[in-house]
Amino acid sequence: MNNILWKIFFSFLKIGAFSFGGGYAVVSMIQKDIILDKGWISPEEFIDIVAIAEMTPGPIAVNSSTYLGYKLGGIWGSVLGTIGVVLVPTILALIVSIYFNKFKHLDWVKWVLKGIRPAVLGIIAAACFTIGKVSFVDIKSIIIGVLIFLGVYKLKISPILAIVISGGLGLILYGFPI
Amino acid sequence: MLYQLFVTFFKIGCFTIGGGYAMVPVIQREIVENKKWISEDEFLDAIALTNSLPGPLATNTATYVGYRMAGIPGAITGVVATALPSFLIILAIAVFFTTIKDSAVVQNIFRGIRPAVVSLIIFAVIKLAKSIGLKSKNLLISLATLLGMTFLNIHPIAAVIVSGILGFFFFREEVAK
Repeated sequence: MNNILWKIFFSFLKIGAFSFGGGYAVVSMIQKDIILDKGWISPEEFIDIVAIAEMTPGPIAVNSSTYLGYKLGGIWGSVLGTIGVVLVPTILALIVSIYFNKFKHLDWVKWVLKGIRPAVLGIIAAACFTIGKVSFVDIKSIIIGVLIFLGVYKLKISPILAIVISGGLGLILYGFPI
Repeated sequence: MLYQLFVTFFKIGCFTIGGGYAMVPVIQREIVENKKWISEDEFLDAIALTNSLPGPLATNTATYVGYRMAGIPGAITGVVATALPSFLIILAIAVFFTTIKDSAVVQNIFRGIRPAVVSLIIFAVIKLAKSIGLKSKNLLISLATLLGMTFLNIHPIAAVIVSGILGFFFFREEVAK
């Protein structure tokens, strides 16, 4: 197997192993590991991938690793990226399933997890800043961001509807070039 | 049994848009109400436990249910079936999107979508903050992680490890009570 495929696999293996708190935490980790540190794709393209992951079925972690894997290493890249991101969690979940009744009563696991949960919050919040920098580029984008936030916060519209509306707003505000 | 597990989780994988908690009711309806594979109580216990592990909630739950129904082959079948629909759909989109993404229309659509993605993540942060409660120690860990990542370039994995160790010492008395 060539070099880039190994790198894709191990990057996603590492991200998957520490992806407490689900989807957006993975987004933040990919952002840090693959965009900022390795520079494999541009931040703008990554946000587009997150949007696509949000609109399509399946976990955001799986969707974004499949897409990035494909982008970096073709079909095999997408296979290895996807396997990488779910491998460690699946092995852990399997161990927990086998020893289910023992794990229910392990106190130190609860203490550790109580510490990790607020860190996950910080990790996701950090993504807002880095992604925000390339997303809020002018007054139009700020208007769209505020409108969509009010939509999900006050009107409880679904994320998919929010993305569809924002895409429409993009066409209206930035024009429909033929 | 393996075939049934595959079909059921493939279906779940096809219809769970948005990830995370959006998936729980879908999985519950399929596994607990329709198939009656495990009881409601066991399902909730399994969700609570697998949710505290790293990784997507859907594949972790599939691992648990698959193992309970058919051992290790069942667990593997469940995970593969859950991930397969999104894998195939994303692959198709990835192939297609790379050919259209430079068109001006698509560019403008995504200029509108990018700020919306940030808004969705901010909303997720607010919901998460409400659910875990930001009092003294929690707030300290959250802020330290946020500032460390933003200004000191700390890796999120380092933040997870350090906060886990801190949790061990911070919360040992609290949980015990």
